[in-house]
Amino acid sequence: MSATESGTPEPTTPEPAAVELDGVGRTFGNVIALRDVSLRVRAGEVTCVLGDNGAGKSTLIKTLAGVHPPTSGTYRVAGEPVTFGSPRDALAAGIATVYQDLATVPLMSVWRNFFLGSEPRKGWGPWRRIDVARAKEVARTELAAMGIDVRDVDQPVGTLSGGERQAVAIARAVYFGAKVLILDEPTSALGVKQSGVVLKYVAQARERGIAVVLITHNPHHAFLVGDHFFLLNRGRMTQDWTREQVTLDELVAAMAGGAELDTLAHELEGIRRP
Amino acid sequence: MSAAPGAPTAPEPALDERVASRGVLDRLARRPELGALLGALAVLVLFTAVDTTGSFLSLSGVARWTDSAASIGIVAVFVALLMIGGEFDLSAGVMVGSTGLVMGMLVTQVNLSIWPAIVLTFVFAAGVGALNGWLVVTTRLPSFIVTLAMFFSLQGINLGLTKLVTGTVRVSGLGQATGFDSASAVFAGTFGGGYQFRMSLVWWLLFTVLATWVLTRVRFGSWVQAVGGDQVAARNVGVPVTSTKITLFMGTSMAAAFVGVTTALRLESVQAGQGVGEEFTFIIAAVVGGCLLTGGFGSAVGASIGASIIGMAFIGIAYAGWNTDWSFLFLGLILFLAVMVNTLISRRVAGGTK
Repeated sequence: MSATESGTPEPTTPEPAAVELDGVGRTFGNVIALRDVSLRVRAGEVTCVLGDNGAGKSTLIKTLAGVHPPTSGTYRVAGEPVTFGSPRDALAAGIATVYQDLATVPLMSVWRNFFLGSEPRKGWGPWRRIDVARAKEVARTELAAMGIDVRDVDQPVGTLSGGERQAVAIARAVYFGAKVLILDEPTSALGVKQSGVVLKYVAQARERGIAVVLITHNPHHAFLVGDHFFLLNRGRMTQDWTREQVTLDELVAAMAGGAELDTLAHELEGIRRP
Repeated sequence: MSAAPGAPTAPEPALDERVASRGVLDRLARRPELGALLGALAVLVLFTAVDTTGSFLSLSGVARWTDSAASIGIVAVFVALLMIGGEFDLSAGVMVGSTGLVMGMLVTQVNLSIWPAIVLTFVFAAGVGALNGWLVVTTRLPSFIVTLAMFFSLQGINLGLTKLVTGTVRVSGLGQATGFDSASAVFAGTFGGGYQFRMSLVWWLLFTVLATWVLTRVRFGSWVQAVGGDQVAARNVGVPVTSTKITLFMGTSMAAAFVGVTTALRLESVQAGQGVGEEFTFIIAAVVGGCLLTGGFGSAVGASIGASIIGMAFIGIAYAGWNTDWSFLFLGLILFLAVMVNTLISRRVAGGTK
């Protein structure tokens, strides 16, 4: 990671945001995926980024995660401008991303998944080995601390439900010292109950002082845990609300495109009438 | 036993209602080796029963089929690691010949003594393995195709170069080189008095233990399972996918070199076509031993049990007085049965998600 330009901290904010995008744009050839996107994410808050399909959510995640560096604008972490060369750089800076369905290896056990890539080791030389007993114990207690009740840390992750799998990935990111946790559509493939389970872990992570970025197209889920709401539409940030400034109805209406929804309701009424 | 009324009953152990009580058999069925172990016992019983020489279970008989199994198992163990890592190596068979020829050429044409020739042979094998791995990772083509191309390329080079240099299809005369006796003792020696157990048996067991240690207790082993299970997820949590895969290909090639060197020392000569066709025997051993063709699951012990089955079958068919032409039919049937059993196991492990 290297500084691209000297950042001038805003005088109005006493503490710099954990992660901040300032006028960020990203183009792929002649396709403009993101245009002038500004986003502030604070520690101990859940920042929701809402957007429909094609709004630029994926590009935004990948920009934050260090996969795609921005083509314009500034990306700051704790007030310092950064340029990440790879997701590993972002991870080293404390920015962990949990991708939907791409977070765990189904055939591997819960504890192996929990420590994958950062296995605790003991012993010397050729006897240097994974500290299996400690890994299992830590996985069990850490998952319990997040309120995740895994029956057996030896069971393959594939035997867990979708919500539990997300939870294992979140608990892992929290344990390995993530300061910023980016969640990519964590509830989109889940049922109502399972979504509730995952949102509970999101709230847990916030209580631990982590800056959570929740990317979703579901305003109901976002409103349950969100402190700050950004609306992404066709590559631009169109709304920037704190929790006090918005109601669930407004959020839903904004997501669905307000006036468009009214028109749709009217048309559907027309179809129903004989 | 009857408790007095009102007496406190022993507290029931806290049971999670979501965990159905599971029998010992069911739990064992999760082990990748189980199917192979049962198969091995069945094959042992079968060939003991049909044995016409009366020596299949004698020490000299065991020495013979363990030797046959060892030459398959040494490579199969590493092929299993590679398959758990989600890749194939179809060039592992021809590499046995290639490495034997490299060693033979170095000794007979360059006039190196045996030990430096062996070291250079392993360096050559590591290089070919690294090339396989690098090509698979950078081209993102299936390893099936990349190593198939390597297979045919090496087969062509083996034949062409051997004919060009020696004028025949073999390199011979290794026995006169300095260091032959010591190298021969290490790779191709015998022990166990008159029963003629081969050193390759010791090496095979050693490699099986080593691979099992790596797979279950070393960080690299976790990474192998991860890159085979879900490469993208592995990369997302910081597993070095590229170096893990290249290391696995190098291991497979060097295991083939081990067998190539052993064979060359044993026969004191190398045929240009040596090893061709063996690649599938290695893969069959690994698959019979519980390795999933899709990667991410399997065991080194299983691959060794698979190799034992094949070794027993090859020798057992001869001891039974049957025509050995039938041995491949046996391999085919064993393979099909094993894959059926393994598929059932993997469905159980994946818990209905697949």
